[in-house]
Amino acid sequence: MEFFSLTLAQAKKQLELGNITSVQLTESILSRIAAVEPRVKAFITLDRDGALAQAEAADRQRRAGVAGELCGLPLAVKDVLCTSTMRTTCGSKILENFVPPYDATVIKKLKDAGAIIVGKLAMDEFAMGSTCENCAYNVPENPWKPGYVAGGSSGGSAVAMAADESLASLGSDTGGSIRQPASLCGVVGMKPTYGRVSRYGLVAFASSLDQVGPLTKDVRDCALMMNVISGHDQRDATSVDTPVPDYTAALQDGLKGVRIGVPPEYFSQGLDPEVEQVVRTGIEMLREAGAEIKEVSLPHTEYCVAVYYLIAPAEASSNLARYDGVRYGYRAGDADSLVEMYSKTRSRGFGDEVKRRVLIGTYALSAGYYDAYYKKASRVRTLIRDDFKTVFDQCDLVVSPVTPTPAWMIGEKADDPLALYLSDILTISANLAGIPGLSVPAGFSGSGLPIGMQMQAAHFNEEVLLRAAWNLELRAGIKDRKPELG
Amino acid sequence: MEFETVIGLEIHAQMKTRSKIFCGCSTEFGAPPNTHVCPVCLGMPGVLPVLNRQVVENAIKLALATELTINRENRFARKNYFYPDLPKGYQISQFELPIAEHGRVEIEVDGARRWIGITRAHMEEDAGKLIHAEHEPESYVDLNRAGTPLLEIVSEPDLRSPDEAVAYLKKIHAIVRYLDISDGNMQEGSFRCDANISLRPMGRQEFGIRTELKNMNSFKNVQLALEYEVRRQRDVLLDGGEVVQETLLWNPDKNRTEPMRGKEEAHDYRYFPDPDLPPVFIDEEWIERMRASLPELPDPRRQRFMTAFDLPAYDAGILTASRELADYFETACATYDQPKKLSNWIGTELLREYGPERIGECPVRPESLARLLIMIEEGAISGKIAKTVFAAMLESGTEPDVIVKEKGLVQMSDEGALQALVQEIVAVNPAQAQQFRDGKTKVLGFFVGQLMQKTKGQANPQIANKLFRQALAAGPE
Ligand SMILES: [Zn+2]
Repeated sequence: MEFFSLTLAQAKKQLELGNITSVQLTESILSRIAAVEPRVKAFITLDRDGALAQAEAADRQRRAGVAGELCGLPLAVKDVLCTSTMRTTCGSKILENFVPPYDATVIKKLKDAGAIIVGKLAMDEFAMGSTCENCAYNVPENPWKPGYVAGGSSGGSAVAMAADESLASLGSDTGGSIRQPASLCGVVGMKPTYGRVSRYGLVAFASSLDQVGPLTKDVRDCALMMNVISGHDQRDATSVDTPVPDYTAALQDGLKGVRIGVPPEYFSQGLDPEVEQVVRTGIEMLREAGAEIKEVSLPHTEYCVAVYYLIAPAEASSNLARYDGVRYGYRAGDADSLVEMYSKTRSRGFGDEVKRRVLIGTYALSAGYYDAYYKKASRVRTLIRDDFKTVFDQCDLVVSPVTPTPAWMIGEKADDPLALYLSDILTISANLAGIPGLSVPAGFSGSGLPIGMQMQAAHFNEEVLLRAAWNLELRAGIKDRKPELG
Repeated sequence: MEFETVIGLEIHAQMKTRSKIFCGCSTEFGAPPNTHVCPVCLGMPGVLPVLNRQVVENAIKLALATELTINRENRFARKNYFYPDLPKGYQISQFELPIAEHGRVEIEVDGARRWIGITRAHMEEDAGKLIHAEHEPESYVDLNRAGTPLLEIVSEPDLRSPDEAVAYLKKIHAIVRYLDISDGNMQEGSFRCDANISLRPMGRQEFGIRTELKNMNSFKNVQLALEYEVRRQRDVLLDGGEVVQETLLWNPDKNRTEPMRGKEEAHDYRYFPDPDLPPVFIDEEWIERMRASLPELPDPRRQRFMTAFDLPAYDAGILTASRELADYFETACATYDQPKKLSNWIGTELLREYGPERIGECPVRPESLARLLIMIEEGAISGKIAKTVFAAMLESGTEPDVIVKEKGLVQMSDEGALQALVQEIVAVNPAQAQQFRDGKTKVLGFFVGQLMQKTKGQANPQIANKLFRQALAAGPE
């Protein structure tokens, strides 16, 4: 077995036993990247030298007996997280050569735990998209099928897991951007509770919805990563000061006493029959594990997409105003006036989808439209939140598909933004409600594309998600299935 | 036609806090460009604001001092617009739920007192500064000031004259200085004011078309700009014209208002609640803690000065114009028990050199001034000599006893020593002596003056008077 194909927990164990060194592990990962990257295109920036130097330092630390939780383990992160040693592009031309002057809090936590960051992963520009086709650099491809989308916006992060290009990765999730590519690529992805993980250094798309979370090869790794990245941060006023449990303790066999809700609103029209089949089979496995399965209702689900596509662009239109060419990033050099400089910088620096959303958001916040759009959307958001409050009085978690279909071909829906927006319908509500959500591999389509199951729980109840996902993983029997990558 | 002036003021008071409103950078004025900055106030990608609670406390204090109603739930909002001195492309301010609303302060103009309504006060961050270098095509941005906390205080359109506007401005200025929440420095821009001004025919209810005045960085300029604008608008209206709604800048060199250059855009700031900042809840306990920390404010202190020290309203008003001056007065009063005389001395001698705001810079301690006045009472020096001594005190900060001793300024009260001089003066001025004896007693002043000249002002005037009366009454020898 090659080192790169180990899980995070397995590699950690091998390092601790002294069977391998971090340098060996990192070299294995780097050669794996070199081998498969032309096919999957997951990375925007790779830091080979830095990774090897960090690996050597990690080996020294381990010998000195001061190894942190993730000491010497090579990881990769979505290019939306600020790194002081690597450029942070957000998948955008406007930040092509931007090296942040600081590390995001989660990056600092990873580094403090001894992790090695080998590179920055591809994403839709400013996390706006669900296929990575809006990445200004490279479009990652689904490791399970050439020419198929990896999902998005954390597509690179999911691909890096499925293709064994790092041991774990971080993504960000604003409307499903971790869970959807995790599902399409057959890996585990968790969007934690809003406030569970610091957003400081996560380049903002929609501040009230964004959350950093792990994408991993299995559920145990997800718990390990959550242990490291969670916690209150004084630099993020929206992070919550509530104790961080040992998430790996949640991985218990059996679901006795766990009540699982199945909302019919998530199994409605447009759902691919294969996806439904896989998810329903998964629900049966959870029942076999001891869970009580019951139907629950989330009546405002149909408004989620509309609410999301007002609130997220509104916040984005403001969050992206800082890319004005004045202090950093791309600046149009051929402008004769300030207004022209702004206009040319932003016209050339941003891609079409970003511009589309900035325009929608600007419109939604404009005088005369604010009440009808942004304000009304905020009110409906409260109703959606209340739906979940009611449901979590009746059950501990809600299960559903993650996406209406498995992965599709690159370019297939690229000209139909509305169709893409609608495909976010099953993941958006967790962000609007601020609750945790997770995608865990549940099966495959007939054509060999992965299909995930989504689990959502009440605020700060990540543990029940991990426990249920762990039980599905144990019973689904697909954990060892890997894509064929030359 | 008679017109009524309608003025409303928007005051921006920079809060006196060690660090900025949303990051840990220093708020110190005058540092080299872009040295008090960090990723947060530079608007780097990924950064988040964290509220400095001191700013909220300052705002609560102002609210309590101006009878504003404090909103228990406070929200910050984003005000979106593009400008190079605004790093994030939006200013974090307050919109729908400001910290406080519906307050008032009392002003006095020409003896008439009037309440002026305050619409609202809200917290916000300041922008940076553009520096336009001469002979260079580029402009530069200094972001040291970006993120400095401001309190915006908006008045009702209740002010009816430039005098009232300045009185109101001074009142708010005194209050923020008393509260020690702003240093109120208008030159450095830590206390700024914009004015909305319009005229309407006397007796009309609806407002006329207003202009907005900016760039008035002193009380004097506010007065001059408003007076100019009243004249200008009146002329326009009397000519049958219409005032154009526009923003005007006061040009202090040319003593006139001028339209702001560049096109006036109708800004749509697209305010919405800032999702990065959770609401701030202000509970009763917090308010009461702030209330307990409030100092005595200008108006109550003025009242107390009138009753406790038996001072005229005018004196009490001057002495309480700043907290420092009022403190100065009270400290001096602790050792010198003639408040009115002290007030006179401060009003004429001290304030001529140091205005109410600059008392802190005065080298003469209040105890020393009190000592000087006691020396007059005791007859050690004359009032006239005291002024000389005081001038020396202002220069060196030396105690009055030391100056009097060093310069040999002790008053001559020895009748024996003065008697000879008195006799001599009477002898060489027979004509004036005769005048006195003829009943023109006013001429006594002439003789005392002569004596003062000979003694370099050190003769005790009471004794001099007495001796001359005796000598002149005695008649020619
Ligand atoms: Zn700063």
